[in-house]
Amino acid sequence: MSDAALAVRGLTVHFRVRRGLVGSRVVRAVDGVDLALGPGETLGVAGESGSGKSTIARSLVHLTRPNGGTITLGETDVTSLRGAALRRYRRRMQMVYQDPYDSLDPRMTVRDAIGEALAVRGLSRDRRPGEVARLLSRVNLPDALAARYPGQLSGGQRQRVSIARALAVEPDVIICDEAVAALDVSIRAQVLNLLKDIQRDTGVAYLFISHDLSTLRFVADRVAIMYVGRVVEHGPSLELFAEPLHPYTRALIAAVPSVTARGTKRLHLAGEPPDPANPPTGCPFHPRCPEAIDECRRVRPELTVVGPGRSVACHVAVRSFRSPRSAAEPSR
Amino acid sequence: MISIPESEAAAVVGVGETAALAEPRLWRRALRSLAHDPVALLSVLFILLLVVVALFAPWIAPHNPLEQFPNGLSDVGAPVAPGARFWLGTDQAGRDVLSRLIYGARVSLLVGVVATGLASAIGVVVGTVAGYAGGIVDSVLMRVTDTVLSFPILLFCIALIAVTGPSTRNVVLVIAFAYWTYLARVVRSQVLSLKEREFVNAARTLGVRHATIVRRHVLPHLWPTIIVYGTLGIATSILIEASLSFLGIGVPLPQASWGEMISEGQQYFQTAPWLLVAPGVALILTVLAFNLAGDWLTDLMDPAEREGGR
Repeated sequence: MSDAALAVRGLTVHFRVRRGLVGSRVVRAVDGVDLALGPGETLGVAGESGSGKSTIARSLVHLTRPNGGTITLGETDVTSLRGAALRRYRRRMQMVYQDPYDSLDPRMTVRDAIGEALAVRGLSRDRRPGEVARLLSRVNLPDALAARYPGQLSGGQRQRVSIARALAVEPDVIICDEAVAALDVSIRAQVLNLLKDIQRDTGVAYLFISHDLSTLRFVADRVAIMYVGRVVEHGPSLELFAEPLHPYTRALIAAVPSVTARGTKRLHLAGEPPDPANPPTGCPFHPRCPEAIDECRRVRPELTVVGPGRSVACHVAVRSFRSPRSAAEPSR
Repeated sequence: MISIPESEAAAVVGVGETAALAEPRLWRRALRSLAHDPVALLSVLFILLLVVVALFAPWIAPHNPLEQFPNGLSDVGAPVAPGARFWLGTDQAGRDVLSRLIYGARVSLLVGVVATGLASAIGVVVGTVAGYAGGIVDSVLMRVTDTVLSFPILLFCIALIAVTGPSTRNVVLVIAFAYWTYLARVVRSQVLSLKEREFVNAARTLGVRHATIVRRHVLPHLWPTIIVYGTLGIATSILIEASLSFLGIGVPLPQASWGEMISEGQQYFQTAPWLLVAPGVALILTVLAFNLAGDWLTDLMDPAEREGGR
């Protein structure tokens, strides 16, 4: 526990949605999620829109208040911090946002935006220009950009400034919420490499949220796959991509276009993810699952450990693991 | 000549990829748009003229506005028509209409600017606090705002003046008290959307204090709204002041005010139409100029244009 940079236990976020004049319904955006992140590690979180990825990110940085569960940063339970105590802990967990056109104040120069973070760190005014220059060079931007406004920067440049701003407070964890999704593919690779370099140098841990599996395959050490507010599969990145256990994971991976795997049969997912306010009984994935058995319609599968660092929430996958050999080649 | 700024603009776009350049060039943008918009240019020039006239009234006015000239009335005691000595004629008391008009501009501008300034200050504070704090604070402040807003503004002012008694100071206070609600509403809705912007979230995540976030990331974005609504508010305030003075409960006599001049002038309209026409035209032109300038500022400060697609 003590060596984890970030530990999340049973995180639950429910939204109450009003319906009509009276009555409301509860949307279980995040429903009992466990995540752990070691120093210098990258955990990828993947899932379709509405699977609760971004809600996790927002509750980790206290923009959304969770209904249940605990968030532990280092040794401190930060779940219910408020006021000044919360402000002190905030800088240990930073976020790089998806939209590079909205995450920087259009009325502040790059120098002021990064300087604001340096002021939070308590750096004296006369030392800030030097530190701004150092941070800009850290994200491979010329110092001349410091006087620019965000409107004068490209998307990739803005995202680098966002990264520099996050680094300015020397955090333990940086949450990248679709941080490269809005960028061109070529620029995306540059930014991802930059993030990796920074991790090597500073030992910062990343929680990398993305709907794009090829991005996660590139950056993540471990990956958690989410479906309707729950983690359905979790494992080391290499193994998970080489041998996905959950039918949903397989469908997601099959949907990624691949040069080498041309000609392999594409697995198509029918239908839409269910309404989180009204999830189906049993396994929430069963209406779309090609392998659903009777049990899936009745009993909700729990996340079960099936190997070192690997766990899956699927009756079929767990069963095949328990009876060896039939597991190696799950029926397709 | 003209090609210089164009090539400069092209160079900037080439470097920055996105062309939406913000604040630092607002002044230049304003001047450029005035050059292409004669109506706005005339409005702005008229307002400037009005300000100069009001400021330097004692030097510009040909006569003392309160002096009753012996030769200011005809043999039968009627007002003198416009002529070489009294450019806009005299009124029923033998006072110079042009001088009274010029001093009246002082009252109109003073009341308009001060009342709008006060109203804006109240409106921005209430709207920002309500929008940013949300919850019960928002509900309470907005119910108060709605209550004030539900009164017809002129009727409300008349009622308040009836309670406080007419004086220039009270006219200003009453207009401010009735008008702040409009800005409070608009500012609140703007703050509500600003609050959800990622750069505000980013500042919160950094651990910046709420008061600092409001000062640094919220209020600067409200300036365009404040300026636009302020300009329109000045027009409204001038009209309300004129209405109150017309009803005899505005700026106290014998101080000159356009509303009072219209009120007095209508009694002599058939024999001395200049008594009505001069302050009437001045009032119409002033209100029109402020409204047109407000429209022009709205276009100039359109946030969608300014902040690159947001």
